[in-house]
Amino acid sequence: MSVAASSSGDASLAARLDNPAARVLMRRHRVRWWEALPWIAALIFFFAFPDYLSFGNELLVVILFAVSLDLALGYAGIITLGHAAFFGTGAYTVGMLAFYGVWSEPITTLAVAALAAGAVGLLSGLVLLRTSGLTLLMLTLCTQALLEEAANMGHDWTGGFDGLLSLSFSPVFGLFEFNPLYPTTQYLLTLGVLFVCFVFVRTLVYSPFGQSLTGIRENLLRMHAVGSPVRRRLVVCYAISAAIAGVAGGLWAQNNAYVNLSALDLDRAATVLIVLILGGYGRLYGAFIGAVVYMALEHFLAQIYPTAWQLGLGLLLVLIALFARNGILGLGDALWQRYRSKRAAP
Amino acid sequence: MTEFRLETQALGRQFGALIAVADIDFRLAAGARHALIGPNGAGKTTFINLLTGVLRPSRGRVLLGGRDITGLPQAERVKLGIARTFQINRLFRGLSVLENVCIAMTERLGAAGAMFYPAGRRTDVIDEAMALLQTLKLADAARHRVSELPYGRQRLVELAIAIALSPTVLLLDEPAAGVPSAESHIILDAIERLPADIAVLIIEHDMDVVFRFAKRVTVMVGGRLFAEGTPREIEANAQVREVYLGQSPMRAAHG
Repeated sequence: MSVAASSSGDASLAARLDNPAARVLMRRHRVRWWEALPWIAALIFFFAFPDYLSFGNELLVVILFAVSLDLALGYAGIITLGHAAFFGTGAYTVGMLAFYGVWSEPITTLAVAALAAGAVGLLSGLVLLRTSGLTLLMLTLCTQALLEEAANMGHDWTGGFDGLLSLSFSPVFGLFEFNPLYPTTQYLLTLGVLFVCFVFVRTLVYSPFGQSLTGIRENLLRMHAVGSPVRRRLVVCYAISAAIAGVAGGLWAQNNAYVNLSALDLDRAATVLIVLILGGYGRLYGAFIGAVVYMALEHFLAQIYPTAWQLGLGLLLVLIALFARNGILGLGDALWQRYRSKRAAP
Repeated sequence: MTEFRLETQALGRQFGALIAVADIDFRLAAGARHALIGPNGAGKTTFINLLTGVLRPSRGRVLLGGRDITGLPQAERVKLGIARTFQINRLFRGLSVLENVCIAMTERLGAAGAMFYPAGRRTDVIDEAMALLQTLKLADAARHRVSELPYGRQRLVELAIAIALSPTVLLLDEPAAGVPSAESHIILDAIERLPADIAVLIIEHDMDVVFRFAKRVTVMVGGRLFAEGTPREIEANAQVREVYLGQSPMRAAHG
């Protein structure tokens, strides 16, 4: 009897896998071989370019920040231009804890930064996510501007315009010192934190919760009509995204050993948006590609044309907007599909 | 005495000075096949929106199985068994047909808040969704993006999502609207095969559909209920004919 039952179970499994639609859904979340590449590349970078580790740190932080934005913007379709609010909250949390000697253990302060930024995300999300479209865009911008101004005016605590300088942190696990000249500890810590956060986000977007976020992005009214608690889902997503952005901000503060108002400004919010659009949103790895391309362009173009490097970036963005709406990864995807269908045709 | 699945009492809704619907006393029995007809602007879609909770009524009550649900938001009414389709498709266009149905089912099972396992592991959901697509003759399109399907089959996905919610009351807002007549039979066949105990209310302009499908017909004019009866009674009602005069789809179809 049990044999018969299990064999019929196998049969229905086989039937499911026979169906291409079911197969796609059942296998989508599996880890592909190429997903190891970014991490291998990051480790190679560590050994091959010891003189460029601060650049690497900056890159990893941008990637993490962009991954957090991808969850809100790419998956749930929350249009925001104020994500630096959470990056800044995380950065100032870490900065103030360290500056006033309250707590300087790097990993736990990052957790506190996540909680603080997540709380700001939760509270602002409860209000903001009643709106959508341009109204939402403006309100996210306003939230960020309010926080920036608060950081500016709270001079006694935040250092105001000058920020908080010369932060020091205790060694990671009590063993590995932060060295400002050779930031190997910072690099490995940032990479490790990025990995953990990325695995979390990846799990999330393939989960039923992530599927419902995609549904909200694709058709808000229909999600209401299938009985989804849409606003609760959006607020939860926004808070999680904010918490991860806060971790990115915290890492940024640790790596630089300072915080200032640039953590909260529009430039930072716009940059991460550009990075994500460049790489391709709603596809996890767009953040990686976008950050690498953006940072490399910034680095090399600024060497060649120190005064006008943003012109090159602008041109690239125009091209992306015109010919590759889904970013560099989307373009790659389209070319790959075309190649495959061409090969299959004759 | 018949038990009414869905009932409204003196239901009304105003937009500013405009009275969209007023004084609606309406009853839908379990297993009903009921059609709601009326000229454009009669308030039919507003009425549906009041039933589903998209709009809050200005006055009156909505009862589901005797329970007052007037104050409940849309999502909770869905959980209690009211599902609808839309006059204009509202689908997850960028996703596959199968995923469209899976999203609705996952939501119905209360599993859509789960964060820490892949959606693809819910093979029970996938199996049930595939079975539903099979009954609607959509199985061959399961892996296609909705946006790639012809309009008639998209309307079928619209229906599939609503059925996936296992409703006890199903509100169909012009299910065959915009579908070329050569394809409309696939929608009608699907509606005819709906489980018998679901109470179905259909808004429809096409009198062929109404007469083929409905056991009772309600006519709405100017935001009020105008007449109710069997299709034959409605067809024979001189006042109803007058309302439709000029459009005369009834005579064209059954004259």
